[in-house]
Amino acid sequence: METKVFLELLSNSKGVSGYEYPLQDTIISAFSKYLDNVSVDKLGNVIGFKKGTYKDNNVKIMIAAHMDEIGLMVKDIEDNGFIRFTNIGGIDPRTILGQEVIVHGVEDLFGVIGSKPPHLQEPSEHNKAIKMEDMIIDTGYPKEKVEELVNIGDPITIRRNVKNLLGNRIAGKALDDRAGVAALYECMKELNKIQHEADIYFVTTVQEEVSMAGALVSSYKINPDIGIAVDVGFGATPELPISTTIELGKGPAITLGGNIHPNLRKKLVDIAKEYNIPSQVEVTPGPTGTDARAMQITRDGIPSLLLSIPLRYMHTSVELLDVEDVRNTGKLLAFFVASISNDNLEGLLCY
Amino acid sequence: MLLKELTEASGVSGNEKEVRDLIISEIKDYVDSYKIDRLGNIIAYKKGKDIGKKIMITAHMDEVGLMIKDIDKDGFLKFMTVGGIDKRILVSKPVLVGKDKLPGVIGAKPIHLQKPDERTRALNIDELYIDIGARSKEEAERYVSIGDYVIFDSEYVEFGEGLVKAKALDNRVGCSLLIKLIKEIKDLSFYAVFTVMEEVGLVGAGPAAYEVDPDYAIILEGTLCYDMPKLDTHLIPTYLNKGPAISLIDRTTIYNKDFRNKIVEIAKKNNIPYQFRKTSMGGNDSGKIHTTREGSITATISVPCRYIHSPASVMSKKDYDSTFALLKEILYQFEREEI
Repeated sequence: METKVFLELLSNSKGVSGYEYPLQDTIISAFSKYLDNVSVDKLGNVIGFKKGTYKDNNVKIMIAAHMDEIGLMVKDIEDNGFIRFTNIGGIDPRTILGQEVIVHGVEDLFGVIGSKPPHLQEPSEHNKAIKMEDMIIDTGYPKEKVEELVNIGDPITIRRNVKNLLGNRIAGKALDDRAGVAALYECMKELNKIQHEADIYFVTTVQEEVSMAGALVSSYKINPDIGIAVDVGFGATPELPISTTIELGKGPAITLGGNIHPNLRKKLVDIAKEYNIPSQVEVTPGPTGTDARAMQITRDGIPSLLLSIPLRYMHTSVELLDVEDVRNTGKLLAFFVASISNDNLEGLLCY
Repeated sequence: MLLKELTEASGVSGNEKEVRDLIISEIKDYVDSYKIDRLGNIIAYKKGKDIGKKIMITAHMDEVGLMIKDIDKDGFLKFMTVGGIDKRILVSKPVLVGKDKLPGVIGAKPIHLQKPDERTRALNIDELYIDIGARSKEEAERYVSIGDYVIFDSEYVEFGEGLVKAKALDNRVGCSLLIKLIKEIKDLSFYAVFTVMEEVGLVGAGPAAYEVDPDYAIILEGTLCYDMPKLDTHLIPTYLNKGPAISLIDRTTIYNKDFRNKIVEIAKKNNIPYQFRKTSMGGNDSGKIHTTREGSITATISVPCRYIHSPASVMSKKDYDSTFALLKEILYQFEREEI
């Protein structure tokens, strides 16, 4: 499958943190074509394995991208059937007013997020954001029917299909971090064409948006020599200072900072240069707030790296990226892991 | 399905062509004459029994939307609103730009980079922009021009118990009812008028009423509905599923009491559910129509629409059907000369 097609499929699919299982089959069937083995662990992480060419005591590299997305959850059902809700993960309430949603109840229900119309508000309210607790989801059913189909605690996703924009750019929901999952896919396709000594574990993790639980337990289980997280980074837009952003179309950002192993990072930058893959720098002095953080402090510590795919409007339902950046991320990953051998690992990890 | 086609068509105030063409193709075989006047209104005449009074039924064709006003140095599109749009519903929505309906999105600053108090403030129109994925101003200019109209990217969906979600239900629901009347009413002479630019100040209705010079006019609308639970009933303008809303008063018209009472009587006699529109907010083409030339007697009958003027407005098919039933009875009473 073309990586862009796979990414569209992933973005259109549903999988709020803690409820990622609807994505499992899609990911397993796509990964299986290129890997030796794909399994699912106790928390729902999908773990794919690709054996290296070297036989014994192989170097182990784990590449992780999270498959969960931010979303909403049913909190209460009103007398007229309207649903009250709360958020799972970081959601700006201003981005959900007037959205179409899918309530994942006994069956999937279409709904619309509404609130008091502006005509009926005091003029002073017009400049205030509407709070999440003042919004409702209208499924068009009376209370009895809603209670039959929906339980308190059911997850809710924004109903959005990918929009194809100019060039290679697309907009949609959950590209954070399905774009990372697509980069893993691109990487395994590339690795099928080249030799690599290391054993590679491709992990699509659960619950990154709430606790990084998926990365914590999967990196404990795999205990890799190197852990690489692939996530998204803040794409440049007019309202953001240039210093906190990375640019679309200029390749993955290679993160620099305390969460990142310095020598491995240098190797990654060298590989990008050697293979002429565009890349940029992202600076995060402390913990990154990604799966790379979870991996770094697992067991007795795992040398970690982070690649960030530039993404605009993060945590909205119109996240926007350049698919070329996803492809380049996958390629860079492939050439990097192929460059790691039992012989050079020790030197690279030396401080 | 006609309501699907009508709501998915592009027709921001001043740019109604796509809707107008669609309506004409629907009605041309059912009317005795029609013309497009100098403002773009459709004025159609259907000949039946002449009762000595001129009856005009109207619905506005236009919808609220956006217009491109600038392309910035990086290819982002700045815009103005056309008609009344709550700026708060624009954030994180897909849109379609220009005649070729180029997809774009209105994004927002990532929550991670906001200060907590930012989240309590509504974003102003000047802070928003449309991203079409252009890599430069030059690339954007190849696809978009200043003055291009923008519509919400929102498809027609049927859901719940007989509900419909679409953009522009205000007022394609009125257009759809009027088209259906044209097709089904055969025994009475009446004018069917589809107006332009209602949302920007009732622009088309005055000249159209001047041309037709009606004695009676019925204005068909999609109107405000806010039937939230735990709310005092006097604060609820209309309810969904309680039938057509008959207007009492709004910012543009105090409706004729005798005509209104007659309509209520007709509804009661025929067991058609109805409700009153319990707010004086808003206004519609009646404001111009009842004061044109020597004046006319008007009534506004509306289908209640939740989340009106947003990309996802909602109406009930049951209300649509009872509104049509009431309209048909009213015209029947005119024909029998009982009004």
